[in-house]
Amino acid sequence: MIATGQLEELLENILSRYGYDFTGYSRASLKRRIDGFYVKGRFTSFADMQRRLMDSTAYFMYFVEEVTVNVTEMFRDPAFYQTLREKILPVLATYPFIRIWHAGCSTGEEVYSMAILLKEANLLHKSILYATDLNQAVIEKAKTGIYPINTMQQNSVNYIRSGGKEDFSGYYHANYNLAKFDEGLAEKMIFSTHNLVSDSSFNLFQLILCRNVLIYFERDLQKRVLELFDQSLDSLGFLAMGSKESLRFSSIASHYQQIENKEKIWRKSR
Amino acid sequence: MAEKQVTKTRRLIIIGGSSGSLEALLKLLPKLHKKFAIPIIVVLHRSGQADNGLTELLAAKTYLQLKEADEKDLLQPGWIYLAPPDYHLLLEEDGSVSLDASQKVNYSRPSIDVSFISAAPVYKEGLTGVLLSGANADGALGMQAISRFGGRNIVQDPEEAAVSYMPEQAILLCQHADVLNVAKIVALLNSIAMD
Repeated sequence: MIATGQLEELLENILSRYGYDFTGYSRASLKRRIDGFYVKGRFTSFADMQRRLMDSTAYFMYFVEEVTVNVTEMFRDPAFYQTLREKILPVLATYPFIRIWHAGCSTGEEVYSMAILLKEANLLHKSILYATDLNQAVIEKAKTGIYPINTMQQNSVNYIRSGGKEDFSGYYHANYNLAKFDEGLAEKMIFSTHNLVSDSSFNLFQLILCRNVLIYFERDLQKRVLELFDQSLDSLGFLAMGSKESLRFSSIASHYQQIENKEKIWRKSR
Repeated sequence: MAEKQVTKTRRLIIIGGSSGSLEALLKLLPKLHKKFAIPIIVVLHRSGQADNGLTELLAAKTYLQLKEADEKDLLQPGWIYLAPPDYHLLLEEDGSVSLDASQKVNYSRPSIDVSFISAAPVYKEGLTGVLLSGANADGALGMQAISRFGGRNIVQDPEEAAVSYMPEQAILLCQHADVLNVAKIVALLNSIAMD
């Protein structure tokens, strides 16, 4: 188990060597992930692990992949997607062009879910979905649109619970133990690395989704990221968060209103 | 019995349970003293995302305040915090709660081990882990971590537990655990909280 002082030393060294800033991350979860990395890597000591991380960029990128949480699924929290389908898309439909940002998209399951919603609402042709993550490896995976076939049963259940009426298996081709999603769905997606901690706003969006990312950040970093979203959101745009996240305590809360049904979606009022 | 150092030691009770633990909890909660002076976290294995009214059910059974934990909640005495479905619950040095949506542990999210292991080095001897009925080994390793950091282990008597597997696994790893039925667990918790 890594001591508190060692953890802080490691985070400072990572910041100065690679420019990745984890110092604003909540410690309990980060420490648990790094402890897990330490055990898995069979290091002889903390110094041993630190040396390996400082010596090799490739190995450090593997570390980033391991210590950040990349768990996701399609139509995660089906009631949330039902709300997108029934309450948010009809508003977005009134725009000539729809720009959506998935911040912290991980391996892309939620981006494909969104593309399916847009397609079914006949809006995909006039939409563009930016999908970003700090982790290059998951972005590469997301670009392929290929997922393990054994996740499709849960995805399909979620799709139906979210109000999906089509045959979900019509959206992908199964090949051995993999499912590849229709390339038509990916046509409007742009994947890129972007670090919410250090990178700035790059466009204006009508909808920003950032679900189960801010829970890993301490309060100050949460505030900064929410300000970044605020700068990146059109007036009357929507900000969607994870089921245990909220705008509460943030400086931007005053000009946002949560939608009526209590799903974690806020609308910017100016 | 009452040692004067209690004001210095931060204290926390975490109750974990799986299959069959709800009935134990429904017996336990109403008997906790009105002025229970230690925050309590309850980590139950629950099915998926559906909010099945568990928070309301449990809140109706206790004199204490009960809520589903939100991220960064600062733990307060007199409150019971229920781990939300589909998140692990971890403890920060500053006495607040963190949530984590990473991989399931022991097929479970929330996992009892994750909360126990996270809390053990933070609360040390101020931590009491209580493990109730269940059909899964979750919690056993966590109990071991609690005891390694000087905390206290209480396990529901497998004879009484609706499903004995979970308490039995914890007892195998923690020979010093207090193995008690629910009535005695309540009495012990109340005495700890009144110290």
